[in-house]
Amino acid sequence: MSNSMEHVSQSRLISEASLKERIIDLVTKWEFILVVLFLAVVVYFSNASPYFLDYFNMMNTTFNFMEKAILALPMIFVIMCGDIDISVASIMALSSFSMGYASAHGASTGGIVIIGLLVGLLAGVVNGLMVTGLKIPAIAVTLGSSSLFRGISQAVLEDQAYTHYPESFGYFGQGYVGDSLVPFELLLFVILAAVMGFVLHKTTYGRKLFAVGNSLTAARFSGVPVDRIRFFNLALNGLFAGIAAVLLTSRIGSTRPNIATGYDMEAITLVVLGGVSITGGKGNIVGVIIAVFLLGYLKFGMGLLNLSAKVMIITTGFLLIGAVLIPELLNMLKSWRKLKKQQQD
Amino acid sequence: MNKKLEKILQNRELNLVLLTAVLLIAVTLRAPSFLALKNIERIVNDTAILIMVASGQLLVILTGGIDLSVGATIAFSGMAVSMLNQYNPSMPVVVLILLGVLIGTLLGAFNGACVAFGKVPPVITTLGTMSIFRGFTFVLSKGQWVTAHEMTEAYMNIPKGKMLLLPNLTIWAIVVFIIMFYFIRYTRSGREIYAVGGNKTAAHFVGVSEKKVNFMVFTIAGALCGLAGVMWTARYAAAVNETALGFELQTVAACVLGGVSLAGGAGTLTGVVMGALFLGIINNALPVVNLSPFFQMGIQGFVVLAAIVANVLMEQRNDKKLLAGRRR
Repeated sequence: MSNSMEHVSQSRLISEASLKERIIDLVTKWEFILVVLFLAVVVYFSNASPYFLDYFNMMNTTFNFMEKAILALPMIFVIMCGDIDISVASIMALSSFSMGYASAHGASTGGIVIIGLLVGLLAGVVNGLMVTGLKIPAIAVTLGSSSLFRGISQAVLEDQAYTHYPESFGYFGQGYVGDSLVPFELLLFVILAAVMGFVLHKTTYGRKLFAVGNSLTAARFSGVPVDRIRFFNLALNGLFAGIAAVLLTSRIGSTRPNIATGYDMEAITLVVLGGVSITGGKGNIVGVIIAVFLLGYLKFGMGLLNLSAKVMIITTGFLLIGAVLIPELLNMLKSWRKLKKQQQD
Repeated sequence: MNKKLEKILQNRELNLVLLTAVLLIAVTLRAPSFLALKNIERIVNDTAILIMVASGQLLVILTGGIDLSVGATIAFSGMAVSMLNQYNPSMPVVVLILLGVLIGTLLGAFNGACVAFGKVPPVITTLGTMSIFRGFTFVLSKGQWVTAHEMTEAYMNIPKGKMLLLPNLTIWAIVVFIIMFYFIRYTRSGREIYAVGGNKTAAHFVGVSEKKVNFMVFTIAGALCGLAGVMWTARYAAAVNETALGFELQTVAACVLGGVSLAGGAGTLTGVVMGALFLGIINNALPVVNLSPFFQMGIQGFVVLAAIVANVLMEQRNDKKLLAGRRR
């Protein structure tokens, strides 16, 4: 509540502010910082490596982060409502396992995709039911279910792998749109991002998400069906994990129990880095989309410079914490300066 | 009489003891040697590290937080100490143990500082440091392992030897248990953890510093992970980069099984120890009932979810009873 009060007083301050303060406000805006960071990444790496600023390379490297980007889209909704889902990578494993099983038993490409999506959705529904039906914190449910979902595929697959998929199944994760250099995965992400952005910013469902995030209790008393929304978010998260599983399985053409390990951490990082407030109620789709390409091209550049995957994981971890820590520190600095000003007056 | 029975049934620790007994009997029927004294001793010893780390996790969960970085902290401190042992074989074991604890403490303090002073939620902080600490383990080791023949005999004997008829590792766990039990129950700081977890606002008004408590619990959890890192690498005579991968789930599972509320403020150390032993029995029983170790992950996930659901249902029933009682 104090958050929104602060917001009101802040926006009033802006309308009365001088040009200098307006500039300060723009510069400290999160999306602006992200764009600057993105440009810095592009400038730095195109100087460091001649292979960075190349249309073919820049398109092709999106294969490496589109699945994570797709996971991040519904995760915005989940985090916006103050929940979290750390089971998406395991849902992908379960979904991929089911697709492998179906393929091994002679399912067609269409059948495989439908099974992958349905299993993802079902897993999300299980999470959602436990969180809203039994009123258990999402972190607890998804920590347990992440082990259960991956555990199922591990129990059946053991140390084996499914490697036989129909040839046409390979299109989803390896194909290009027509004769262009645009990967199908990238096009799919753009479409899904547009839809999710529309839902978030232009529909009543989106407004309700903000309401739940700002104050769950207030939203409930205003007649927002809080639990139904949180259930729907988690189910959607499962469905999108199913989509990501289709893409990833199609791209690498095999299913092992450890598939997609660590994807949940990256998806959450993208959302938090994109400026969605983990305490709920703040954020927009543009920030997350910038974050997707910022992190994706950062990793691409680091790869060109032969930095190991471990260094990239460390960087991602620091970005995750930094994305929350730095705005918080800026806020502290601001309020400290305000306090000092008041003392001077 | 009926009321007494109901009260007994509602006692969390007693319930778990009953459940454990049922599990033990079931497994023993299948393989009578399971209940042999030697096997029991082995189960307890296998669970010792889990008990140490879970008691740290308990503190964090009591404040309403969660520590997902315990596995990575164990891996890093275990790797660091093992490499010290590898390159300086003359370094005394006591120094190595202390250094392990120190490294763990520092990592835990980093978590604590982010949560307490940087206001980064525990999930985000420890999800981040889970990758950071694990990544630094690889950077430190350059992907190499420290294997048994590169460790000194003295180092590998830290958990191995026997004292007072019990394996050293079990004794370490008992010592940790006694210290933590005293700390949680009888010290001011220990009680403050419950205060913050139970009701932040109330705790604030009676003068409990939430920041101090948050920083403290993560630091203590880190210190215990540091100790566990030494024990783990010494016991299995190998420091690998994947040490304790996914161990955070087991520690949370032990807490949940022991009746600790993930919302914070409620839970006991004895409950956690019994939850850990329950998991230890399951893990040891898998081969006995002819299930491959590949089942372990799935079964653990299932047990965690079942335990959470049981906890919640029990709490809800108690709440309803309280309401009904008040209406009367």
